Amino acid sequence: MIDCIVIGGGAGGLAAAIEIKRLGHNVLLIEREDKLGGILNQCIHNGFGLEIFKEEYTGPEYADKYIKLFLREKINYLIDTTVIDLYKEEDIFIVKTSSETLGIREYKSKSICLSTGSYERTRGQISIPGDRPYGVITAGSAQRYINIDGYMTGKRVFILGSGDIGLIMARRMTLEGAKVLGVAEIMPYSNGLNRNIVQCLNDFDIPLYLSHTVTNIKADDSNHLKEIRVMKVDDSFNVIKDTEIDFQVDTLLLSVGLIPDIILLDQLDVEIDPLTKSVKVDQSNQTSIEGLFVCGNALQIHDLVDNVSKESQRTGKAIDLYLRNTNHSNKKISFIPGVNIAYLTPQYIDFSNPNEKVVVSFRPKKKIEKSLLKVIQNDRIVYEKKKMFLLPAEMETIELDILHFDENQPITLELEVIS
Amino acid sequence: MIKEYICIVCPRGCRVNVDENLNVSGNQCQRGKTYALNEMKSPTRILTTTIKTTFQDMPRVSCKTDKAIPKSLLFAAMKIINQMTIDKSMYIGDIVIENILDTGANVVLTKSIKESTNEEIYFSD
Ligand code: SF4
Repeated sequence: MIDCIVIGGGAGGLAAAIEIKRLGHNVLLIEREDKLGGILNQCIHNGFGLEIFKEEYTGPEYADKYIKLFLREKINYLIDTTVIDLYKEEDIFIVKTSSETLGIREYKSKSICLSTGSYERTRGQISIPGDRPYGVITAGSAQRYINIDGYMTGKRVFILGSGDIGLIMARRMTLEGAKVLGVAEIMPYSNGLNRNIVQCLNDFDIPLYLSHTVTNIKADDSNHLKEIRVMKVDDSFNVIKDTEIDFQVDTLLLSVGLIPDIILLDQLDVEIDPLTKSVKVDQSNQTSIEGLFVCGNALQIHDLVDNVSKESQRTGKAIDLYLRNTNHSNKKISFIPGVNIAYLTPQYIDFSNPNEKVVVSFRPKKKIEKSLLKVIQNDRIVYEKKKMFLLPAEMETIELDILHFDENQPITLELEVIS
Repeated sequence: MIKEYICIVCPRGCRVNVDENLNVSGNQCQRGKTYALNEMKSPTRILTTTIKTTFQDMPRVSCKTDKAIPKSLLFAAMKIINQMTIDKSMYIGDIVIENILDTGANVVLTKSIKESTNEEIYFSD
């Protein structure tokens, strides 16, 4: 019997597996691709590792650090292996896998750490009107084509959405000789990190059209992308008349957000949070199903890989406690996102949990210059902190001590705007 | 005249102001001051890109300049790197181009590339 099966061999899975193994458990990690490292392998730009290593690494370098630690721990792992089924029988998880070399296999485990990352929102999910030609792809796919497979996806490019991957691809394609005509962002502010606006757009004079969106897509006779139309939107995202700008492009990159990939949990009756589009968890990142833990982008979308590593290491520690503690009663109270909070994790605080420190991650609903962050229970402010320059593009974390709370009442987190 | 920069040294992205007497404000740490002053005189960037290889299972390998190079030389450096092909095993950190364009920066691999990149399957039950 395996103590923990970690699904996903990217930043999250590696950090969690290393921690669980170090704490004395036997672990099996399963990765779908033929290499460990996950999405970091295609993120060849630098900026990773400043929080953890105090140095700036590229994605592959950051992955390499963790892969080496992982291999040193002699953790069992499978690559080129897809999990095709995951369910629970009594207290045991059954994981069915499929691979070319081993065929269909079945493994049994006491716990699961799901770190399957996220997928990109596509054209269908944001419903852009117009033709359906070749040349409309997500920024992440383009990144893979260029950086791993080695071919360009076009010469004249427009980008919809100012997420970090889109911004980074604007620079990447420019350096490789393409002309990037602009980036349209439907919000009145960018969704990417400031530093990426500077070094990916401003450095190359690529215009950013805030409060703009793509309203039409046209194909040529051979069904390749020929032209897109961009228009301004008002505060409620309605298109404003007579603001059309047409761009002749052969590629439209979509960088319109990531969604946690938790499709493997379909067969398990697990509680979902519509705000994070992932599962609800307690401070151990344990879901409503005992023994099932989720971390990394599968739990919430992070903007820094360093935070994924830290969160996953914490999850590994929690899995160790779970495996050693046979008494799993739970006394959970809800942790609710209040005024100006777009989402938060964990959604529950479990008072029977030995983790007294609760690391809370959240994003503000809008850009807020000065604010007072308040944690409220029974109309009483239990925790308060001043926060400056909050942006939806930047995840915030705070640490709470559960000993300060009453075990029966829900807790709310809110941001009061101050001047 | 005050110039405003957004510091790109770390993800915090501080707004850093430099006035005509080169007084720097708004930076949350010392690195932001160095960055802003440098950005005024001669902006530099680390270049990250890929190099062609002859390996079928890894047609591109990632690389970077080990120091920031002048922003104005980015495209010239890309041209040189794009003419290269790697045809043997090399390791992360290995120098592929020394002192590119006399900038004092080397182009180094950010990933290892081996004759056989197939990792062994470690699990046995
Ligand atoms: S000034 Fe310091 S803290 Fe602020 S962005 Fe620059 S490096 Fe980061």
